[in-house]
Amino acid sequence: MTHLTRRRFGALAGASALALSSPALLRAQTAGRLVVIGGGFGGASAARFARIHYPDVSVTLVEPWDRFITCPYGNLILGGMKTLADITHSYDGLRARGVEVIHDRATAIDPESHRVRLEGGTELDYDKLILSPGIALRWGAIEGYDEAAAGIFPHAWMGGDGSQITLLRQQIEALPEGGVVGLAIPANPFRCPPGPYERISMIAHYLKQANPTAKILAFDAKEGFSKQGLFQDAWAELYGDMIEWVPSNQDGRIVRVDPANRLFVSEFGTEHRVDVGNVIPPQYAAAIARDSGLADESGWVPVDPRSFAARMAPDIHVIGDASLASPLPKSGFMANSTAKIAVAAALAELTGSAPPADPVYFNTCYSHAGEDYAFSVVGIFRPAEDGFAETPDSGGTSPRGPLAEMAETRALEAEYADAWYASITQDMFS
Amino acid sequence: MNARFHRAAMTAVLLAAGAAQAEPSSGLLLAQPCAGCHGQDGAGQGATPAIAGLDREAFLEAWAAFRADARPATVMNRITKGYTEEEAALLADHFASLQ
Ligand SMILES: Cc1cc2nc3c(=O)[nH]c(=O)nc-3n(C[C@H](O)[C@H](O)[C@H](O)COP(=O)(O)OP(=O)(O)OC[C@H]3O[C@@H](n4cnc5c(N)ncnc54)[C@H](O)[C@@H]3O)c2cc1C
Ligand code: HEC
Repeated sequence: MTHLTRRRFGALAGASALALSSPALLRAQTAGRLVVIGGGFGGASAARFARIHYPDVSVTLVEPWDRFITCPYGNLILGGMKTLADITHSYDGLRARGVEVIHDRATAIDPESHRVRLEGGTELDYDKLILSPGIALRWGAIEGYDEAAAGIFPHAWMGGDGSQITLLRQQIEALPEGGVVGLAIPANPFRCPPGPYERISMIAHYLKQANPTAKILAFDAKEGFSKQGLFQDAWAELYGDMIEWVPSNQDGRIVRVDPANRLFVSEFGTEHRVDVGNVIPPQYAAAIARDSGLADESGWVPVDPRSFAARMAPDIHVIGDASLASPLPKSGFMANSTAKIAVAAALAELTGSAPPADPVYFNTCYSHAGEDYAFSVVGIFRPAEDGFAETPDSGGTSPRGPLAEMAETRALEAEYADAWYASITQDMFS
Repeated sequence: MNARFHRAAMTAVLLAAGAAQAEPSSGLLLAQPCAGCHGQDGAGQGATPAIAGLDREAFLEAWAAFRADARPATVMNRITKGYTEEEAALLADHFASLQ
């Protein structure tokens, strides 16, 4: 936000300084106001945790959509294993706990006056702000890929109203016999490092039954990827030669798309005709984080590794995918984990107590590669000198091995993955 | 109200209320990610076992066995290696304290 807009906003906001929060909530919750922007993995987890453990703090959650559709398990819709209803969650549980849920979009934050403006005109005063707005897609970073193009080549990389994942599923169902599904996969950092490869697997799982002569061409802007060995073992074991992965050093980077002619064009000018195109474009922090002046030139928000306080505005804690926190992966589990440390840090200061002494940031990402076939990566991180570091000699991926030996483990991990999905969504919404 | 005054006022309110605020302990904070698989407060979820109310010694025995790769595991062997002994003890106390 420029200085000029900030001043103008401040003047506008002055009129209705003390509005908001229903009297019922104010009664008991006098220790301060926590406002949370974004009702996804980071935001819902933060609001719920704060409501349970800080009864004296009022908690307001701002989220434009009236229900949340998770990206996790969205790929299983493509595989025909789940439906949209299975991954759709209501905010009623948070409301029942006493979180004030406002369905609106935050359009401006003024860090100086501690005020958030919403699209509908409401203004919210906060003592501490948790910002977990997720990502935005960099339209135009791949030439020809804009919002209109996403109606032909879906990205299906944000939950939104569910229309993107539904469109991709319909297109794959309508794929001509022996047709080609193309994917364009971005360079790091991006939301969910193993996500594109789980998606490839789930599309293959569906096509193996419905359209076994179809091909999947996965064009990648990288030379390697998360859980690569495990995925490639699974592809060979389960799907024969259906999947071809083209890394950047084999001209895999897609720089232009032409949806009208169904073309992907590579860095060195090779044109690939695809029947279905799934373009996962480069990303940065959602607009509200960048427009509020919290992001740096990378487009992500630098944060303090002990509290997730934004470097540019210490009373705003930025968690989840929007934060610049490498090597922490941009995952739902990590957003959930960092949410709680950020809340404890933010509210400790507000209530005059000590912040979390030795925060631990935790991730496990399961990937489904087929029916009864999943594996995982575990990462446990801590604050380090000016950043974050993975705890040495811990975590890592599930072991590789021939399917005959590993079948039982893969099947167990598929069951545990389902338990993860149920547990984590309870931890957000129940 | 300026920010510093506001904070001081809030602290005063809290102190006046007899510090009713139940701030999360280190054990409770450490135990948060466990709820991402084991259900709320370790109550168990689907195929993932309940760990709420596990006896402290039983917990630490299971933990050490996972850590030493001496007990079959899909993930706990990789998870336990990320924590110190002190942290494992805090986790054991935390889950033992839940019914
Ligand atoms: C295909 C796929 C599979 C995945 N699988 C997994 C998995 O198995 N495990 C895992 O851990 N992670 C997985 N992820 C990653 C996970 O979805 C993200 O890391 C996670 O959603 C990040 O949480 P967040 O809170 O930062 O953003 P989100 O969960 O996207 O939440 C952001 C919310 O903020 C709202 N918002 C945005 N702007 C505003 C505004 N101005 N005002 C108010 N609200 C706003 C949005 O509407 C949204 O609801 C997957 C992702 C994809 C794409
Ligand atoms: C990613 C999912 C996941 C997370 C996160 C997780 N666990 Fe586990 N836990 C499991 C699974 C699965 C098992 C069964 C053993 C195995 O396959 O690893 C298990 C088993 C256990 C057991 C043995 C229970 C028994 O009855 O024998 C204990 C104790 C345990 N976990 C403690 C914890 C603690 C404490 C945490 C948090 C620090 C935690 N777990 C986090 C998935 C998880």
